[in-house]
Amino acid sequence: MEIVELLTANNIIFVLLSMVILAGGLLSVLTEKLMHAAFYLFLTLVGIAGLYLHMNYEFLAAAQLSVYAGGILMLFIFAIVLVHRIGENSESVSCKKKGWAAIASFSGAVLVLATLFIYGNFANCPAADAFTESEVNMKLIGTTLLGTGKNQYLLPFEATGILLLACIIGALVIANKEKEEK
Amino acid sequence: MLQLSDIITWIHEFLSANIPAEWAVKLIEYVLVGLGFLTLYALIALFLIIFERKICAYFQCRLGPNRVGPWGIFQVIADMVKILLKEIIPLKHNDKLLYYAAPFIVIMGSLLTFGGLQFAKGVHGVDFNIGVFYLLAVSSISIIGVMLAGWSSNNKYSLIGAMRSGAQVISFELSACLSMMAMVILCGSMNLSDMMESQGRLWFIFQAPIPAFIGMVIYLIAAHAETNRGPFDLPEAESELTAGYHVEYSGITFGFFYVGEYCNLFINAAIGALVFLGGWQPLHFPGCEGFNAVMDYIPSCVWFFGKTLLLIFLSLWVRWSFPRLRIDQLLHLEWKIMLPFSLFNILLMAVLVANGWVF
Repeated sequence: MEIVELLTANNIIFVLLSMVILAGGLLSVLTEKLMHAAFYLFLTLVGIAGLYLHMNYEFLAAAQLSVYAGGILMLFIFAIVLVHRIGENSESVSCKKKGWAAIASFSGAVLVLATLFIYGNFANCPAADAFTESEVNMKLIGTTLLGTGKNQYLLPFEATGILLLACIIGALVIANKEKEEK
Repeated sequence: MLQLSDIITWIHEFLSANIPAEWAVKLIEYVLVGLGFLTLYALIALFLIIFERKICAYFQCRLGPNRVGPWGIFQVIADMVKILLKEIIPLKHNDKLLYYAAPFIVIMGSLLTFGGLQFAKGVHGVDFNIGVFYLLAVSSISIIGVMLAGWSSNNKYSLIGAMRSGAQVISFELSACLSMMAMVILCGSMNLSDMMESQGRLWFIFQAPIPAFIGMVIYLIAAHAETNRGPFDLPEAESELTAGYHVEYSGITFGFFYVGEYCNLFINAAIGALVFLGGWQPLHFPGCEGFNAVMDYIPSCVWFFGKTLLLIFLSLWVRWSFPRLRIDQLLHLEWKIMLPFSLFNILLMAVLVANGWVF
């Protein structure tokens, strides 16, 4: 394929977004300051939301923003502010830990690449233009999540709900216990 | 009658006729839309600043700004020029990266929300299938900027302000979302265009008066609390925290927070107007054909901005009338009063809609 053919708007947007995602991810791992790591993670999460939006998965994009960027990252920042001493760099990681981390990340990368090359069907991969046909209907998502028929997911949905409820009750119990001890 | 959407179609046809390449037309249109939104954003902030100063003066039995221009309306222009020329004072011992990134995150969150609104018939930036959910999702980004600003200033007051703001916004977001969900149940769609269409017959507040009214009151309180304005202005609390999370900012970096605050005021009122009061739809009652026809003569953007201004006025009224809440009163209000009410409201709305007991 010619270089000029690759320069479609879709590809350019994809490359820009991936650059943001990769740079954010790398920087959030490499930086020494915890708060900076949270900020770079924010860039990564927003970039991924942008990728979803680019693929017309609007529901996923909004969920990514509200759950990860708005919710979980906020929790991280709260935790850092409450626990971490302001402005101090995190401890440098020992050599042994670095070795284990290198082994873990290398094997993870090998696993992903191997799966891609063995099972991935690059020849029949839909062209970059094809995945932006139409947005996923919100009604379809709703009925799929809350239906009981084939390929519908009421049971996992309810199970997740019960799990979250258990988490809330657990948090309440822990919070109450501390009060009694005082 | 000339509508705003006609002007937009006219610009599109003019560009398409004169520029052969389709991508160039699209590019120019994207840039124009972006510039239009930014200009509108700044103009609305300017207008709201003078509006609030005048209203506040009225509530406090004084005149307000009255030197620059007739009734002092150019005071805000002078202030704008001043803030643009002010020096951005660099601080020692703060976190430079986060300190300068924070205002941009705040303004980004509020601009993204701004793009999802519908200003008049056929005038909107994006029209997603998930409309309301998109608005709620992107408006939750700003708070990260506030937290980063408070933390990176390396100042006790700003950190306390940021923590308070975080706790407050996260709590009140719940009620705001839940009260909107009730309206989504009534409409059967999250898409703002669909919502506008189904309000053409009758506004949502009249379609199911009781739950819609409860929802609207809850939404207005929660949205008001999310903008960190009095009586919920604990994060800023000038008498105890000087100015909260933006105390160390100067010049245009402070200006970003300031403009963001006023535009969030507008955005919250606009969402309230769109979801509860029919947005740009004129006041219609089924059966009164003559009345409906008269109402149709008022342009849709006048309806939208009129309703939004009404809600903004309500918000200012509350701000300048009530004393500041304590933090425990604030959290009590959200978790023990508003949250149960909004959960009950969703149930009530679901029962009404399921039985068809709506107008």
